[in-house]
Amino acid sequence: MSDVANETILLVDDDFDFLNQLDIQLSAEGYNIITAEGQKAAEKILEDTCPDLAILDLMMEHQDGGFALAFHIKKKYANVPVIIVSGVNSETSLKFDASTDEERTWVKADVFLSKPIRFEQLLKEVQRLIKG
Amino acid sequence: MITVRTLVVDDEAGMRKSIARVLSKTVLTIPDVDQQINFEVDLAADGSEALAKLKSNQPDLLLLDYKLPDITGLEILDQLTAEESEMVTIMITAYASLETAVAAVKNGAFDFLAKPFNPEELRSTVSKAVQNLIVARQLKKLARERHQVRFQFISVLGHELKSPINAVEGYLNLMKSKTMGDDIESYDSMIDRCLVRTRGMIKLILDLLDLTRLESGSKTQDLCTSDIRDIAIRSIETMQPMADERGIQCVLHADKTIDLYCDSGEIEIIFNNLISNAVKYNKDNGSVDVYLDKVDNLITIKVKDTGIGMNAEEQATLFQEFTRIKNAQTRNITGSGLGLTILKKITALYSGTIKISSQPDQGSTFIVTLIDNIDNEENH
Ligand SMILES: Nc1ncnc2c1ncn2[C@@H]1O[C@H](COP(=O)(O)OP(=O)(O)OP(=O)(O)O)[C@@H](O)[C@H]1O
Ligand SMILES: [Mg+2]
Repeated sequence: MSDVANETILLVDDDFDFLNQLDIQLSAEGYNIITAEGQKAAEKILEDTCPDLAILDLMMEHQDGGFALAFHIKKKYANVPVIIVSGVNSETSLKFDASTDEERTWVKADVFLSKPIRFEQLLKEVQRLIKG
Repeated sequence: MITVRTLVVDDEAGMRKSIARVLSKTVLTIPDVDQQINFEVDLAADGSEALAKLKSNQPDLLLLDYKLPDITGLEILDQLTAEESEMVTIMITAYASLETAVAAVKNGAFDFLAKPFNPEELRSTVSKAVQNLIVARQLKKLARERHQVRFQFISVLGHELKSPINAVEGYLNLMKSKTMGDDIESYDSMIDRCLVRTRGMIKLILDLLDLTRLESGSKTQDLCTSDIRDIAIRSIETMQPMADERGIQCVLHADKTIDLYCDSGEIEIIFNNLISNAVKYNKDNGSVDVYLDKVDNLITIKVKDTGIGMNAEEQATLFQEFTRIKNAQTRNITGSGLGLTILKKITALYSGTIKISSQPDQGSTFIVTLIDNIDNEENH
């Protein structure tokens, strides 16, 4: 656990509890976690911090908040891997969930996961992306 | 301008032409429809031509001669599928026999015109038929929209119910796998969050029941004249414990009786929502002032707080179902985001209005007006 210490992960989600739970879990794995409860807060952090990885919720205040944020991150720090987690699907009738390959290539993210996520799977992706 | 596409089917060339001439010069206005109506006329001389045209390009209005060389007008109606007969049909008959008229109406015709008829008779029959058509279309559109709104509501509701359950489940899993070790106290903040989310969910369900009751109109109003100061006092008393916990002062300002012919349960919901918001979204040691006034039959309820306030963008979204403003200040405040939706519905029952003035960090003032419907009272 401690061999991964000090790698910084930026977590962005407007659901405080989701953020909090991931924070607890990833911290327990030894990562250094910064949380942001929305796109604006995240952008502020990104001004002077370059994380080793970012995990973003696709839908925040604005329907494509995560999408825009991923774009910003990649523009500023091209090498920072980005994982996008999307919780919204057809069931809420909001359209954006990057489910087609075309949408996925458009959105500048390395991995897409849908909510509810399995932590083991997320952790595997985190380890893979941070190593690579 | 609404254009009614019309097909005239008659084997007499003279009759076809004169109907076409009258209709293409006609411009109708219809009560409750703000646009004028004109006609675009197409012609058919026999049954098979008529059927071909009906199937390829369905008109809005069909003027159909009963007696055609190949088949009767009734048979044409018979051969159309339900979808193809969405237009309104006026049957034209040479002999105004009751029998033919009844058969035509049974087969889906809206009305009939007996030959010979003059332009005035034609216009008046067509006008009735078009009115019927437009009303039917509006109803259909309304039904579609209603269905859409309902679907949207249920989808969002599903989401709103799922997210607290997901959050609680997440914490339970963390507790089960003892992420924070064996000391139960390490889990206090998780337990607190679970309680916040479950309380929120309970509130949501209660609000939802209120809302459904209001919407279905099944709850008959229990109307009588009440001094709404008493209702305000009761509501403040209900919120008092929550206010005391945070040192918030609630004061009622009303120096005369404020009589309203109302269902006191509904007015209590108004006060509860306004005052609970003013307390919930207040700062510690803040204050809530409730002002009541009545001038003629206009009642004004003003609830002013010294709380966190809202910016203009946030204010614009408030009355939508499930809208809650998310930020660090509101995170631990439970609510379902239905309170103001319910408030708005009730206010409408009293021909009222709602105004908000608010500034971030300065506090908010909600002003609700209600009309005391004294005339109604006398009628009861
Ligand atoms: N007095 C107020 N000051 C600041 N914000 C307010 C005030 N009243 C309402 N709001 C904001 O408007 C949102 C919607 O209010 P509403 O009463 O509809 O829902 P709620 O209080 O969240 O939940 P509920 O009343 O259904 O329990 C609130 O979440 C809050 O962010
Ligand atoms: Mg409320």
